[in-house]
Amino acid sequence: MMENYQNLKQLFDGFFDQYINNETDSPLSLSIRKGAFEDFYRMGFPTNKIEKWRKTKLKDVLDLPYTINTSDRLRTQQQKSIFECEINNLDTDLFSLLNGWYEKSSENLLQGVIVCSIREAEQKYPELFSKYFDRMASDRSNGLIALNSAIYSDGYFVYVPDNVACNRTIQIVNVINATSRIFVNTRNLVIVGKNASLSLVHCDDSLSSFGSFVNNVSEFFVDEGGQLDFYKMQNKDEKATVITHNFVEQQRDTNTHANTITFNGGLIRNDTRVKLAGKGSHADVMGLYLVDREQFVDNQVKIDHAVSDCTSNQLFKGIVDENGRAIFNGHILVQQDAQRTAAYQSNNNIQLTDTASIDTHPFLEIYADDVKCSHGATVGQLDEDALFYMMQRGICERNARMLLMFSFAGQVIDHIKIPAIKNRISELVSRRLKGELSACESCELNCENPDSVMTFEIDMSKI
Amino acid sequence: MLEIKDLHVSIQGKEILKGLNLSVKPGEVHAIMGPNGTGKSTLANVITGRDIYDNISGEIIYKGKNLMEMAIEDRAREGIFLSFQYPVEIPGVSITNFMRAAMDEIYLYRGKKPMSGGEFLKYFNEKKQFVEMTANLANRSVNEGFSGGEKKKNEIFQMAMLNPDLAILDETDSGLDIDALRIVANGVNKLRTPENATIVITHYQRLLDYIVPDFVHVLYGGKIVKTGGKELALELEDKGYEWIKDHADIQL
Amino acid sequence: MSDSNQILDEVTQSDYKYGFVSNIETETIEKGLNEDVVRLISMKKKEPDWLLDYRLKAFRKWQQMDMPDWAHLKIPPIDFQNIIYYAAPKKKETLTSLEEVDPELIDTFNKLGISLEEQKRLTGVAVDAVIDSVSVKTTFTATLAKYGIIFCSFSEAVQEHPELVRKYLGSVVPYTDNYFGALNSAVFSDGSFCYIPKGVRCPMELSTYFRINAANTGQFERTLIVADEGSYVSYLEGCTAPQRDENQLHAAIVEIIAHKDAEVKYSTVQNWYPGDKEGRGGIYNFVTKRGLCEGANSKISWTQVETGSAITWKYPSCVLKGDNSVGEFYSVAVTNNYQQADTGSKMIHLGKNTRSTIVSKGISAGRSHNSYRGQVKINKNATGARNFSQCDSLLLGDRCGAHTFPYIDTKNASAIVEHEATTSRISDDQLFYCQQRGLDAEKSISLIVNGYAREVLNQLPMEFAVEAQKLLAISLEGSVG
Repeated sequence: MMENYQNLKQLFDGFFDQYINNETDSPLSLSIRKGAFEDFYRMGFPTNKIEKWRKTKLKDVLDLPYTINTSDRLRTQQQKSIFECEINNLDTDLFSLLNGWYEKSSENLLQGVIVCSIREAEQKYPELFSKYFDRMASDRSNGLIALNSAIYSDGYFVYVPDNVACNRTIQIVNVINATSRIFVNTRNLVIVGKNASLSLVHCDDSLSSFGSFVNNVSEFFVDEGGQLDFYKMQNKDEKATVITHNFVEQQRDTNTHANTITFNGGLIRNDTRVKLAGKGSHADVMGLYLVDREQFVDNQVKIDHAVSDCTSNQLFKGIVDENGRAIFNGHILVQQDAQRTAAYQSNNNIQLTDTASIDTHPFLEIYADDVKCSHGATVGQLDEDALFYMMQRGICERNARMLLMFSFAGQVIDHIKIPAIKNRISELVSRRLKGELSACESCELNCENPDSVMTFEIDMSKI
Repeated sequence: MLEIKDLHVSIQGKEILKGLNLSVKPGEVHAIMGPNGTGKSTLANVITGRDIYDNISGEIIYKGKNLMEMAIEDRAREGIFLSFQYPVEIPGVSITNFMRAAMDEIYLYRGKKPMSGGEFLKYFNEKKQFVEMTANLANRSVNEGFSGGEKKKNEIFQMAMLNPDLAILDETDSGLDIDALRIVANGVNKLRTPENATIVITHYQRLLDYIVPDFVHVLYGGKIVKTGGKELALELEDKGYEWIKDHADIQL
Repeated sequence: MSDSNQILDEVTQSDYKYGFVSNIETETIEKGLNEDVVRLISMKKKEPDWLLDYRLKAFRKWQQMDMPDWAHLKIPPIDFQNIIYYAAPKKKETLTSLEEVDPELIDTFNKLGISLEEQKRLTGVAVDAVIDSVSVKTTFTATLAKYGIIFCSFSEAVQEHPELVRKYLGSVVPYTDNYFGALNSAVFSDGSFCYIPKGVRCPMELSTYFRINAANTGQFERTLIVADEGSYVSYLEGCTAPQRDENQLHAAIVEIIAHKDAEVKYSTVQNWYPGDKEGRGGIYNFVTKRGLCEGANSKISWTQVETGSAITWKYPSCVLKGDNSVGEFYSVAVTNNYQQADTGSKMIHLGKNTRSTIVSKGISAGRSHNSYRGQVKINKNATGARNFSQCDSLLLGDRCGAHTFPYIDTKNASAIVEHEATTSRISDDQLFYCQQRGLDAEKSISLIVNGYAREVLNQLPMEFAVEAQKLLAISLEGSVG
């Protein structure tokens, strides 16, 4: 399967031989890497022949030439100085990944919370590493997961010990800032101990626009009674490809909330798989995508109710304009004996042009009878009656549309629990809807689209 | 204030209004009555600019301007307000913010400086009391989950907020119990001034006990077939629309 | 819980009442499939060359295809060389009256409640009876002919109306369409043909009754319905098969063409032998049904009550090509014991202001698996297209599965597509409420299930609705949860 991508093959082989083999990887991770590399060569990249990849056109981006950043020694810039993702009034511990490499050395935060690079974790916390690393991602359901396990460069490791409520939000910024088109494999591991809690903000950003392919795999383990809030903001350039696989495993009485907001990107695919492995757990998996121009956003969610008495809620909303394409593929699996399950799934889309395209596949697969499951999917437009009503009150059409779109998006934003993040995302969404947030976002002059400046500011924060 | 001359309107090839004439001056209250399906709501929609009709001909002059050439929101900003028969629900948009947006745009259109947040809230609360609106209603999304009475009260509240020159009340009495009817009618009456005008579209006479019209027009077969004072409404109530059918000098 | 499970078991454990075998003299050909077999079938039916060509092209295409594996079904390997592709009750050269039909055959249909004697039919339903591979008798042909309606066996249509058959055969389901469609196109034996001329409203229900009788045979019938401009027809289809331990393959094609302003209503009550309680035997029901709303304002409506078959793979679909055309799909699918069903619909919106509705009610009991799979596709030019889909699943028992796989693809900004689905079981509250009013548990379940399926059953013509209701009750006999 790899024969089509000779250039990439050379790239990966070279990386594996020169870097991985010579590094100080433990025997465990080396054996995982070797096995995964074989898996990858056997499987190749996902193709359109695979049902779940039928509409994700990877081929076009794989045909491009890439380089791979084989060194972690290019840490020249202070991340904080070049990246401004400040969230007002949000007290976070900020960490970053630049071009696939972790930026800071380890830092022992208060309360025994650990944030460090995955490579460092392997050395310093071998018990945790060997217990959790690649536990879920080893399912190798597609070649990209295998590739990541084989040649991941670096990534973050977060550990919250038992009974610790981590009171500061941890923010990780994954930035691409390269002088050529790079292929990056990042690998993250997050462990929330018993009765511990963590809120994590992950931002995918790009500062350069040479294009990039980020193949990211993250594993999240939430032990009994633990709680995890995970917010992801994606604001990439139009040449960026981001493929994300998030694996979440929840033990008894745990609670997770994942919310992915996609503002911009070239080809973005977020695949989230949650396994509810302990009774009494709850998972929220939510997302909002604002897609225009030639962008492509694909959200894949699978929630596996493996045991009884769990609940889950999926809510994804999208607005698709111009030639944008959006895909939602949600899947609720209720296994046999997972009685008293309540699982909900909802996907709503607004399609603004005939050249946009929306595919939604909300699946239910149910093997237990004492369940309450429902799903709903809609594709539609802004409500004409509501538009007329607003315009009759004197609001111009543009603002009326904006208000409706904003309130549509607001139903996802409302679920964000941290007020500062919620406000920040609200603001970004309203700017995005006004066309201010675009590919050349790093420059906020908005020179591309001067007409889009609004005559006045609707205070959307109170909606 | 409003001059309508020979208005013809059709939808999907069917002519609804067939040459309607109407003249409204400041300070006047006009009632338009007629059986269902005679084009009363169509008239309200055409004046406010709803774009669902195939063919509109004739003239609508408002404050010396040709309304036909104006956008929906500009008509609204010029002071035309429609109290909807069926106010639409707008989930996720709070009344507060909705009104804020509307008022700001109207002020800017009129070359006035929009109110500050504090001024707005004060004004908002005044008007809320004016229509006896409960506090929690204001924090809810526009019309979402409102009862019929709440929706109509909300319409009158918005009317008080926007203070229009020409208010059109489309079947405002439908679905109201007697107490709600009184509250709504009181609101409308309190808003009356010598400068503004009101068009009350209604099916029944009962609203006109509370909002007393200067003129009553009977709309039938797409035209105004009879015009009189407030006593015409009583006569209609008494004799029914069949009477109009027999006595109106129209060819159907 | 355990009480209700017990009742559930009782209700589900009823017997298939159409499982008898008739002793009819049957002519069969050798097992196996190759080009010669295709030629032999064509020769036996005295077909013109173009039809043989069509079959051969289909056969060659089929050889290159793989059996679809995307459905949520476990299909044991099928040995296509171990199937007899042609079986027909022996009969005289031409059948001119009912007296010439084998009495055993008439008896068979009587047992099934289908009378081939016109005078005994009270309900005014014209029947085309198909047993194994061939049509044995079509009733009321003469009456219908007065209206210019052609209703006959497919073989007869090939001989008598070759121009119509040639024009429309494969126009909605081309032989390249899918694996089972290609197979059918190569070896189809018989079926029904129906043509309703311009402006004619068919005065009676038309129906085809399919019966598999011979062992080791496959049934590959083909139905073609053409409704010319402004016409209307309501078409019914029923089917049963004997109780046997081995599986039998049924791969049919139904094609419908509705011209401008025409309306076709197609109802199916599918009651093929579902296999026994341990999952032995039963029919593999792999069917391609598709209607083309060719002209403006045309309408095609599918209604199906699926209770039989070991495995069902079936997606009655509408291609809404004409502006303002309407497609509908109403389905109740019941699976019990080890039955598997993967069924649903496709609505392809091509024309402007096209509308479609999908209402699917799945009921699973025992160890069965019941999946809804559907696609709603709104093309770029389908301005103003609307779809509403409601797909509900009811689970009776904790060893069965209910799955929903909708695919919604839109490419038009004025389209409105809504999909809703729920999965639940009969609540103890509902059950208690009914029982408190004096109904026993079994009646209560039957009542609740019928209520649940009401929206679909209401779409069926009267005579069928009653039968379908009974069938639902029987299929679930002993099954409460």
